[in-house]
Amino acid sequence: MKKRWAKRHIAEAIFRLIAHVSFVLVAGSLAVILWTIISKGFPAINWTMLTQAPKGGYYLGKEGGILNAILGSLYMAAGGTLLAFIIGLPIALYLETYLRNSPWARYVRLTLDVLWGIPSIVYGAFGFIFMLAIGMRASLLGGIIALTLLELPILTRAMDEVIRMLPRDLEQAALALGSTRLEVALRVVTRQMLPGIVTAILLAFGRGIGDAASVLFTAGYTDRIPTSLFRPAASLPLAIYFQLSMPYPEVQQRAYAAALILTVIVLITSLGSRWISSRLSKNVIQ
Amino acid sequence: MIQSKSLSARESQSERLSLAVRLRSDKFARWVFIILSIIPVVLALLIFGMLVFKSLPIMKVNSIWQLLTGQVWKPEEGLFGFWPFITGTIWVTLTALLIAVPPSLLTAIYLSEYAGRSLRTGMKPLLDLLAAIPSVVYGVWGTLAIVPFIQNKLGPFVRQHLPNIPILNSDNPTGFGILAGAIVLAIMITPFIIAILFEIMNNLPKGLKDASLALGTTKLQTIRWVVFPQALPGIIAAIGLGASRALGETMAVLMVVGNVARVPHSLLDAAYPLPALIANNYGEMMSIPLYDAALMTAALILLVIILLFNVTSTMALQSVLGKKGA
Repeated sequence: MKKRWAKRHIAEAIFRLIAHVSFVLVAGSLAVILWTIISKGFPAINWTMLTQAPKGGYYLGKEGGILNAILGSLYMAAGGTLLAFIIGLPIALYLETYLRNSPWARYVRLTLDVLWGIPSIVYGAFGFIFMLAIGMRASLLGGIIALTLLELPILTRAMDEVIRMLPRDLEQAALALGSTRLEVALRVVTRQMLPGIVTAILLAFGRGIGDAASVLFTAGYTDRIPTSLFRPAASLPLAIYFQLSMPYPEVQQRAYAAALILTVIVLITSLGSRWISSRLSKNVIQ
Repeated sequence: MIQSKSLSARESQSERLSLAVRLRSDKFARWVFIILSIIPVVLALLIFGMLVFKSLPIMKVNSIWQLLTGQVWKPEEGLFGFWPFITGTIWVTLTALLIAVPPSLLTAIYLSEYAGRSLRTGMKPLLDLLAAIPSVVYGVWGTLAIVPFIQNKLGPFVRQHLPNIPILNSDNPTGFGILAGAIVLAIMITPFIIAILFEIMNNLPKGLKDASLALGTTKLQTIRWVVFPQALPGIIAAIGLGASRALGETMAVLMVVGNVARVPHSLLDAAYPLPALIANNYGEMMSIPLYDAALMTAALILLVIILLFNVTSTMALQSVLGKKGA
């Protein structure tokens, strides 16, 4: 009896240790990755890097910085998020305040889940064929459209989940007072879900700005600072990808700097969404 | 004070709108909503339809079976065999899952069964952060850390001490290959899998677990005989979702996997997964006949495989998580 007791408690202790180690492993991998990016990227960052576009040939010039990619990425991710939000918010509101659990709502939700699962390279390829079909060239606008497609399901589903969590009482009270559904959607639901909206927007923005495969063919790449919607635009992920494999150390430095800047932007959006949503949620009735 | 003022201003504004206007705008909005909600459905059909339409030309020349099992990829000579790419995708994805699933499962169990409250609440932001890091950044890390490690340490070690293990036997002298791709992928999908597993474990009914513990079992016994069987469908669904993520990942894998169009036989061989094929060759596809159709076929194959994994796992997961409410 005693022996069996001892055995199972030893097994317990061993298992506990293994579980603990894998937790440390997972948490540690974040530290290792961040350390690699920071230790390589930090020395590469300076004023020139942040304020100038690359000089000389096709991203092979040794002078200059990555301002083209920083601006291009910000423009594309902001544009894509804005468009996806404009389309996505009404869909989310419609699904919840008008449709609830009707078959059509379930169908739309399933489609959004399917779209969410489509890899970004397929969005990129699709965007490219689509642009060919209507005679468009790789441009900032193309990148924005590709990111809109990529972010639309993320944004819509995230907002949809937020609305589902809201208490029904408020909506019903507003309806009972004689509001139309539209008024309920715009004045009650939207206000209550504000923290969730901000989180969803930042989540989608983070996904968009970090995605390389979807803008690879649709936005192209250029050393110039983007000035027009119809010209190709650089982006941080592609700046990293193209410049990392170059044999010149000066060019590689730009890749390291771009990786650090991209990571910082993404971490700020991820942490910022937490902070903002906790600040904003004080107006929400639980 | 200010708040009440703005409130009353808003009220008076809405009073000014007549009922007819309000009803009409409600009706109008409804139509706008309906039209917008058709967009995702149209988009999904359009993507699928366009890929099928664009890959038709090559299917007229070759049978689907020929394309799928063809070993040779020489677009200049009109040979489009996808087998190297399909096997490359499978090798990388399977290896990544083998690396990622055990620690994910253990971490999820640790978090839901052993860890204290503060650790549990602290883990969520950490997982979000890991999931938010762009794949290109993982690719950079793989190129700087994993590839040199395999090239300078693991590769020579294997050649010297373990030359007879077929799965490690390779003539690939670089560190770029399946193992590098799989390690990077594994680290990318780990937070994703943990987050799903953690949600599943937290959703299990507490009663059975408490009953088992009350009978004097250790936590491990409860986990083995109560938690695990109940969570199993959810665990499989989580692995399926992780697989669909891994299958479609492009950039991080592309950067470290070597990109050689040959059927791999060992973990240290280079491979060329489908997403990498599309990403690398899209620029030059216009110059060779049928090349664009071949790449669209690759995208279609990838999409179909991923959707199979994704849709079945999502549905399984919904039924697992939905059960609790019933």
